[in-house]
Amino acid sequence: MQHDHLDALESESIFIMREAFAKFDNMAMLWSIGKDSTALLWLARKAFFGHVPFPLVHIDTSYKIPSMIEYRDRLVREWNLQLVVGMNKAVLEAGNTYPNGRATRVECCGMLKKDGLQQVIEHYGYTGIIVGVRRDEDPTRAKERYFSPRNANMEWNASDQPPEFWNQFKTDFAPGTHIRIHPLLHWTELNVWEYIEREKIPVIPLYFDDGTGHRYRSLGCAPCTGSIQSTAKTVAEIVSELKGTNVPERAGRAQDQESEDAFEKLRRDGYM
Amino acid sequence: MAYARNQLKLVVVGHVDHGKSTLIGRLFYDTGSLPAGKYEQLVAIAQRRGVPFEFANLMDALQAERDQNITIDTSQIWFRTQKREYVIIDAPGHKEFVKNMVTGAARADAALIIIDASEGVQEQTRRHGYLLRLIGVRQVVIVVNKMDLVDYSQNVFDTVSSEYREFLKSIGVEAQIFIPVSARVGDNIASRGENLNWFNGPAVLEALDSIPDAAEIKNQPLRFPIQDVYRFDHRRILAGRIEAGTLRTGDQLLFLPSGRTSVVRSIESWNSPQVESRTAGDPVGVTLSDQLFVERGAVAVHADDAPSLATEFTARIFWLGRTPLAAGKRYKLKLVTQEVECEIKTLEEVIDASTVQTIPGADSVRTNDAAKVIIHTRRPVAIDLFERVPTLGRLVLVDGFDVAGGGIVVDVPERFAAANVVAEAGVNADVSQVARGERHLRHGHRGAVVWLTGVPGSGKTTLAKSLERHLFERHIQVFVLDGENIRPGLSADLGVSGSDREENMRRVSEVARLFAESGSVCIVSFTSPTRAERERARRVMDIEDGPGIPFLETYLSTANDSSSQYEPPEHPEVTLGEQVGLDERVSRVLELLMRQIR
Repeated sequence: MQHDHLDALESESIFIMREAFAKFDNMAMLWSIGKDSTALLWLARKAFFGHVPFPLVHIDTSYKIPSMIEYRDRLVREWNLQLVVGMNKAVLEAGNTYPNGRATRVECCGMLKKDGLQQVIEHYGYTGIIVGVRRDEDPTRAKERYFSPRNANMEWNASDQPPEFWNQFKTDFAPGTHIRIHPLLHWTELNVWEYIEREKIPVIPLYFDDGTGHRYRSLGCAPCTGSIQSTAKTVAEIVSELKGTNVPERAGRAQDQESEDAFEKLRRDGYM
Repeated sequence: MAYARNQLKLVVVGHVDHGKSTLIGRLFYDTGSLPAGKYEQLVAIAQRRGVPFEFANLMDALQAERDQNITIDTSQIWFRTQKREYVIIDAPGHKEFVKNMVTGAARADAALIIIDASEGVQEQTRRHGYLLRLIGVRQVVIVVNKMDLVDYSQNVFDTVSSEYREFLKSIGVEAQIFIPVSARVGDNIASRGENLNWFNGPAVLEALDSIPDAAEIKNQPLRFPIQDVYRFDHRRILAGRIEAGTLRTGDQLLFLPSGRTSVVRSIESWNSPQVESRTAGDPVGVTLSDQLFVERGAVAVHADDAPSLATEFTARIFWLGRTPLAAGKRYKLKLVTQEVECEIKTLEEVIDASTVQTIPGADSVRTNDAAKVIIHTRRPVAIDLFERVPTLGRLVLVDGFDVAGGGIVVDVPERFAAANVVAEAGVNADVSQVARGERHLRHGHRGAVVWLTGVPGSGKTTLAKSLERHLFERHIQVFVLDGENIRPGLSADLGVSGSDREENMRRVSEVARLFAESGSVCIVSFTSPTRAERERARRVMDIEDGPGIPFLETYLSTANDSSSQYEPPEHPEVTLGEQVGLDERVSRVLELLMRQIR
């Protein structure tokens, strides 16, 4: 059998998810509804022969684009998924969020997503969290490991990470800490779309041009996510568009642009 | 695992400040692989700060790196030539980041070693060369950088090259290509530089393109380590990744270390076409023709080309731990999906990795140094010589919570060789001449295991004794296993800590199974606080032919269970609360047991 680069990436991701499932008694997977974590969900079904034997955690900021929630609930029914929805209700009720409250974009992300996730992890006692981040998204994510420890405050010590080689991962950890598992680490944005095309994975239509000449390239909260100019209406058209671009993927995510190191700070504090 | 075609993973190593980041930035710029605006953005930032632009800044995107002016971690980026795609792994040169260098280099198919022409061979140049050899990276290109600082002198290049060539030779590496370059100016990177017209060899990109594609590993003997066993949709699937060789439906598999054998009934997958064979690198799930007890850590192989099954072997290791590696101390050894407690029996040779000289009389291995050691494992592990099957010939050592070292297997005593393994495996086939049905007829009942679990003081011992007496009176073959008769003998070598307790429960499960196979009812009376160890015991009772051994998990619950470390069973066969008296307890267990063994 001939293998291409997608087979190699798929094999690696499946191996990592099975390792995580074998080593963590209480594990969950983050599902942002975006293309990456949905491709990851597909890989989980491959790894576990059509099943997803752990819960999916969706951190709902209440600012998600409404069709994302409809799409989420449809897949939960059709694919028989266990869904856990996390929401930082205290902050939302206090109304201190961007753009109407006093919070900046970065502070808002920190409260709604990072703190929202921390509440879920504490409540359910998860010790392993699978996350679909990729190295090519951003220089700080480029520094990640497949199995990346977080301390009790969810902080990431980027300058002193465990060694990771020969498919042997950090699966021993102190009580109170948890491990982030990144099976898509070595995929690129293009790889993800090529894989979606090959496997015919259903993705949310926001990624396609709806006739206005715009589409979303990266999905987040409505107030901070911009669309890009594009007439790509199919997965194949997105693949060919990406082969010709060198504009960064998160260029439409406004919180990253607040300062030179905004995203890096968010990630050290426990953002995904 | 590097089996994708047309992609080569390249690690760039060398002493700190010898120009790794500059070389990488230059490769990107010259191949047109930078994101739009990145170059202009960094030039503008440099201007704003009043410093000259450096190509190294392209790599050093983290704030911390700009502050310290060193690359602190392994990052990966991509560029493309006419021939193939390259994934570049930048590995830090600073001594305290050797673990990051190893993390990057272990993924690489090939390496670029960079040496500053004006400084020559330095500590990390040697250390990295040596680590590359231990990690098993064989394709190496040596780049002598900063030729602009030495007036493009052929003499300097020759001196530096021959010194490093000698060094590599001393550690058993045949040096391949040496190239003089100036990454800052761009000489000999994408194309030949005019300043270096005395040099007849290739430019860096040409040299990279001449590296052959990653070697095929499917022609090696089959090595299929089991990651996990799933029970989905009434199928029992052994999941894992083939680390070497080829697996086909109908193959007879030998499982190590148990020595049991079975035949591959099917290769399972989801949303993929049905296949009859899979090869190295493939994730697979297989079902077997027998209900064999297999668990994570078993390695499936073909009996005619089996690995060694050893408790002692020699390895060359590198140490990354915060505290020195010491002989006699216990570590966890991980080798594919196998995990076993081990100790370093002998430090045969301790090596200062910066000079690659032996340290005479050393009794420990310091951080970032290396050693040749004899490792003793508590249980047998399936291993190959690294030279023969690399994926089964490399291991990591875990100290506490941390992966603290790695190494390759260089020698295994002959007594653990494959032929002996297969001979021993033969015992598992039809060991007994007496069929289970015959025992059933003779005794008038079948064997079974009654597993009593509960916190100390919940009444296990009392119940066990009473059950034993009642069964004996009814002419049932019966025996009790508890700490009193297991700890002083069978488990005399074990303590009560985590891994020792697990090993004790493993032994108890196996002994209970033997009693049951001999036709007896075996009553096991151990706290057995974790669900995992009880589930494991239950699985041990699955046997190859027939319906398996009846297993009655009997839970003696108390009000204190939730406040202790005890994990109550989720689906026990029998639950007995504190309010249930002894007679009632006995009759509840007997009622269920007698139905299953008659």
